[in-house]
Amino acid sequence: MRNLFKFIIRYYFFFLFLLLETLAIVLTLSNQYYHQTFFLNSANRVSSGIYQTYNKIGSYFHLRTIHDHLLEENVRLLSKKKENFIITDGNVFIAEDTLFQRRFSYVHARVINNSVNRRNNYLTLNKGRMHGIKPDMGVIHTSGVVGIVIQASERFSVVMSLLHSDMMISTKISHNNHIGSLVWEGKDYRKAHMLYIPPHVELLKGDTIVTSGFSTVFPENIIIGTIDDWEIRRGENFYTAIINLALDYNNLTHVYVVQNLLKGEQEGLEEAILPDI
Amino acid sequence: MSAMYIRYILLFIILILVQILLLNNIWVSGYLNPQLYLLAILMLPLYTPGWVLLGSAFLLGLINDMFTDSLAIHAAATVFMAFCRPAVIRLVLGKIYDNETEIPSFSAFGGFSLVIYVVLMVLSHHTVLFFLEIFRLNELGQTLWRIILNSALTSLFVIIFFALLERNLRK
Repeated sequence: MRNLFKFIIRYYFFFLFLLLETLAIVLTLSNQYYHQTFFLNSANRVSSGIYQTYNKIGSYFHLRTIHDHLLEENVRLLSKKKENFIITDGNVFIAEDTLFQRRFSYVHARVINNSVNRRNNYLTLNKGRMHGIKPDMGVIHTSGVVGIVIQASERFSVVMSLLHSDMMISTKISHNNHIGSLVWEGKDYRKAHMLYIPPHVELLKGDTIVTSGFSTVFPENIIIGTIDDWEIRRGENFYTAIINLALDYNNLTHVYVVQNLLKGEQEGLEEAILPDI
Repeated sequence: MSAMYIRYILLFIILILVQILLLNNIWVSGYLNPQLYLLAILMLPLYTPGWVLLGSAFLLGLINDMFTDSLAIHAAATVFMAFCRPAVIRLVLGKIYDNETEIPSFSAFGGFSLVIYVVLMVLSHHTVLFFLEIFRLNELGQTLWRIILNSALTSLFVIIFFALLERNLRK
């Protein structure tokens, strides 16, 4: 026993290294898919506090761009107002407002931390549980999908960006409704790949890609990007299309968090049929 | 002596803040990110006890992880780098170093040895960092390419700061 202690003390540098390295790797692997250790992400008190202060200062430099974006969005929304349209058909209309039930509602949030240069990127938002944000909610921007909330603290939340190796989004080609899965393969943050498009589908350069609305996370028809090029990869039977992303992930400042009010109902039904998934 | 402790603690805090608030927003050609905070470990005196070396490396990496949402990959990488440090120093200096008070610097190591020391340490850090970050072997080529380019960038930053801080940490 004494010799064992002597041995350990003599080589303590090596054993301490083993201990710390194992600790770090266990922390990494056990949280690979879901951030469970709360202190290890940027929604914790210290890091979110520092980011919040930093962002308060930094946001002044982007005011002009944000202002322009808001104006653009205002114009778009204004043009949809009812007063802009005249009735061309003289027939009788029936307005039944109980026909409509709200499915999605939106919360506005500010991005206080963001990255695009890693293989797995995350964003931190300045809203959390207090504002109704929960894990698995979608995050969008006026011109694209941003990501999915993976963890929310009282006042902050962490979003897994579309630019993440575990991210896969159900998308479709806007004009013919063929579906495929969108993934990001690293390298360029302006480009993503759309997989599993059957080879009989006619692709055109510039075709718009939108969300399919199949998942319970994102509403249908949110623009993602346009087709740049496509190929059949060796050993595969499907087209892989290269997509120019419409959204510039580098200058995100404001985003919308999507809450699906009927998510529980849809998922409950789907799980009842497919218990294994 | 205690003045030197305070200096090192200040260096740690400043380097972490610079890394988090400034350098983590800088990327060269899209995906290269200088990891200047390694300087805090590289600059520790040669006589630093092993547990201080490993412990401070672990803390430094973990704090950086907290801010970048990168699980604990920076901690794993910095601990590995700290573990490599005695061996790298022996390799670079070519002997068991005898002067008990030396701090790595251009004047203590000589320019060439210091550059080799920095490059080897940064390479050991980045190898662990990128393999853990990407964590799939089918992107091996891309991963190696990232390790090499990013190491070159980080080394450049670290060496520049070694030159700037020369003299400031001694006494």
